[in-house]
Amino acid sequence: MKNRVKYEEKVAKILLWFAALTIICILFAIVSFIVIKGVSSLSWEFFTENPKRGGKEGGIYSTVISTLYLTGVALALSTPIGVGAAIYLTEYVKQGRVVRLIRFGTESLAGIPSIIFGLFGFVFFVIFLKMGWSVLSGGLTLTMMILPTIVRTAEEALKSVPRSYREGSLALGATKWMTIYRVVLPSAIPGILTGIILSIGRAVGETAAIMLTAGSALGIPLSLYDPARTMSVHLYVLAMEGLSMENAFATATVLIALVTIVNMLANRFRIYFTKQVS
Amino acid sequence: MRQSIREKAIFINYKKKNIIRKSTLQEGSKSLLYQKGYKDSQWIEYILFVSAMIALLSVLLITFFVLRSGLPLIQKVGIKDFIFGLKWAPTQGSFGIFPMIIGTVMVTLGALVIGIPFGLAGAIFLAEIVPVSVAKAVRPMIELLAGIPSVVYGFFGMIVIVPFLREKLGGTGLGILAGSIILAIMILPTIINIAEDAIRAVPREYKEGSLGMGATHWQTIKKIILPAARSGIISGIVLGMGRAIGETMAVIMVTGNAPVLPNSIMSQVRTLTGNVVLEMGYAAGEHQQALFATGIVLFGFIMILNLVISFTLKKEGESA
Amino acid sequence: MMFTKKKSFIVGLMICVVSLAVIVSGCGGNQDDAEQIGDALTGSITIAGSTSVQPLSEVLAEKFMEVHPNVRINVQGGGSTAGVQAATTGTAEIGASSRELKESEKGLNEFVVCKDGIAIVVSPENKVTDLTLEQVKKIYLGEIKNWQEVGGNDAEIHVVSREEGSGTRGAFEELVMEKEAVIDTATIQNSTGAVATYVASDENSMGYVSLTGLGDRVKAITVEGAEATTEAIKDGSYKVARPFLYLTKEEPGGLVKDYFDFVASEEGTKIIEEEGLVAAQ
Repeated sequence: MKNRVKYEEKVAKILLWFAALTIICILFAIVSFIVIKGVSSLSWEFFTENPKRGGKEGGIYSTVISTLYLTGVALALSTPIGVGAAIYLTEYVKQGRVVRLIRFGTESLAGIPSIIFGLFGFVFFVIFLKMGWSVLSGGLTLTMMILPTIVRTAEEALKSVPRSYREGSLALGATKWMTIYRVVLPSAIPGILTGIILSIGRAVGETAAIMLTAGSALGIPLSLYDPARTMSVHLYVLAMEGLSMENAFATATVLIALVTIVNMLANRFRIYFTKQVS
Repeated sequence: MRQSIREKAIFINYKKKNIIRKSTLQEGSKSLLYQKGYKDSQWIEYILFVSAMIALLSVLLITFFVLRSGLPLIQKVGIKDFIFGLKWAPTQGSFGIFPMIIGTVMVTLGALVIGIPFGLAGAIFLAEIVPVSVAKAVRPMIELLAGIPSVVYGFFGMIVIVPFLREKLGGTGLGILAGSIILAIMILPTIINIAEDAIRAVPREYKEGSLGMGATHWQTIKKIILPAARSGIISGIVLGMGRAIGETMAVIMVTGNAPVLPNSIMSQVRTLTGNVVLEMGYAAGEHQQALFATGIVLFGFIMILNLVISFTLKKEGESA
Repeated sequence: MMFTKKKSFIVGLMICVVSLAVIVSGCGGNQDDAEQIGDALTGSITIAGSTSVQPLSEVLAEKFMEVHPNVRINVQGGGSTAGVQAATTGTAEIGASSRELKESEKGLNEFVVCKDGIAIVVSPENKVTDLTLEQVKKIYLGEIKNWQEVGGNDAEIHVVSREEGSGTRGAFEELVMEKEAVIDTATIQNSTGAVATYVASDENSMGYVSLTGLGDRVKAITVEGAEATTEAIKDGSYKVARPFLYLTKEEPGGLVKDYFDFVASEEGTKIIEEEGLVAAQ
């Protein structure tokens, strides 16, 4: 009996190690698969030159700018809205039908596959509102996609601000809004930033929805009404149209590096944030 | 398309806490807080209310516009023929998406069958086997797995996994199995992260008590920790499932996309998302409506899944 | 509070600055289209449509904008049908299509940019080098299932096709299949690159791609002895070819006309031929 238990213990642990190592191997396989093929074509010029001959030659400058632009628009819109929603949910009303409805809204929005966002953005922003394929259409679609993340993280951050802060401020005669604006929000900023950084990660990696709404024109967008091609869309076009595998892998390498940096930043902020609270 | 796992993890914790908080804060919420002090302008509350409603409004708008663009076709073809029809030849007027529904179900199930054991093992490994410092080093790698653009997964699948399967199992290598493997890798981070959080959330006393009574580590994991972390693990799996259903770009590159009913694990299939992405660029008129209608069915799937998540979490929250 | 007010203020400020910068730069950009002096041509046009035409349009637009720096041409993908729609609705000044217009779509102005051959491709490891149109058709109908029947190894043929609605597929069906349907168990890939990538990796597969997407990863087989080259298409010996069209709602005028003139000019022709396509006379 005792032996069987020991035996099972051993087998289980071996299996666990096996599974964990497999996962890590897969990760290394995928990352090295791309980085090895991509890193050789990376150079400073790759970042500063515009794509030439449809991406067969040249760099990715315009797509970097487009990515920044689109992400910037989405963040500029979704941050105030998301934080506002979070304030409303944590500081104003906490229960009742309205809150349940709002929660249902955020949660459903979070679960919608991006291709549906793409379809919607295409019929609504591009066609119905006649914005065409543009930074604006893409940015608005992205705004909807990252809104739930911002609301959730901001809400978490606001909730973890100790009640005593609020009570102290109110006791000093501050109004509710002053309390929120001057006391609660500043203490919640690291948490909110974590959410924003996470959203950047999502915005940067998105392909399907952006392609349907922001288009895939290669130029640098000069206004909100110009179309744009982000890095992930560029990667998709390069790879799928078979234009240049070297540039495709190089772009993928840049994207992976970017995601790594974004993740690290988010982790930094999260650690900072949790330290604060405790 | 692919959400960060952290995001998902936060989502789950948030939901759980909300439910628990609800009960503990119930009496306290109408406390003295915010009842005193000078009055703010009503406008502030209105503005905040509007921001809070935007998410809901978006969902309604999305639902409305996707329905508006797709329903006319479903009405014309008939809902039964649309969902259970076997032939998809939109330019010739046949709109049956049953093969795609089966395709989505098979690929998703396959991904779960492969992904759950590995994901769970990974979570147990990080939470129970290795020291915290190692877990801390491994976690960013797993998050990286979640952040890689799905096109990259598709390429990896097409160049590495598909030829491997072709060599070992014959046929084209494209199909349910290849799709399941790629999706399993893609949902791993979700499952690992949420399950790990759930395992870590199990009170230490449980574990200590079990070990103190002479149970081995593995017995404790199997009999005490996993059952206690059940709800978190299930949420992780369900979220992973949602992601598998919604995934697009990687799937179309490895499943072969033939719109026919599969007859084996190596059969080529087309998923619902794949159907939309493959043909959207070229579709016009009824064909385009049919793709929106496909979107409606997909939307239905995801909404049902969302309801299931809310429901299980609510139940767990009440029993906790 | 560990998090001092000053720090949080700075962070808050950073967010504001970033968002503001984005908004301001967005609004500011609008003006410079018309104001600059120098080259007479100004303004912007959008070309949207077929993803097969997109790479060519990009190169043409790039060169056109080099000559006329105040002109901006946006080249969008979307697909042939999207191109037709874009031209009809005015979403884009120029729609691009890689197939002939259907009856229901007639009424737009058509401008033939060039001709594109559709190459039948197999893996470089495949022994087969030549097929007749009839054989290709039978393979895609599912009547010929084994490479042995057409002089290859004893192995099943893995047929790769494009998605329904694709211009390349439309042209292929028209030219090779004589409007019969491709077997429904064929693998579907939704772009030239994806077809080429797959075919390159599978020794027993067969696909069709646009000439522009023909890299050295795959081997183009000859059809009835004719090689898929620009010359063969020009003299008509290679039969599987289709036009690349630019579509406009009205008679082209202004900037659009200038652009079309450029495409038809010697320089445009040179670019088209460099891309491996056959210029329209």
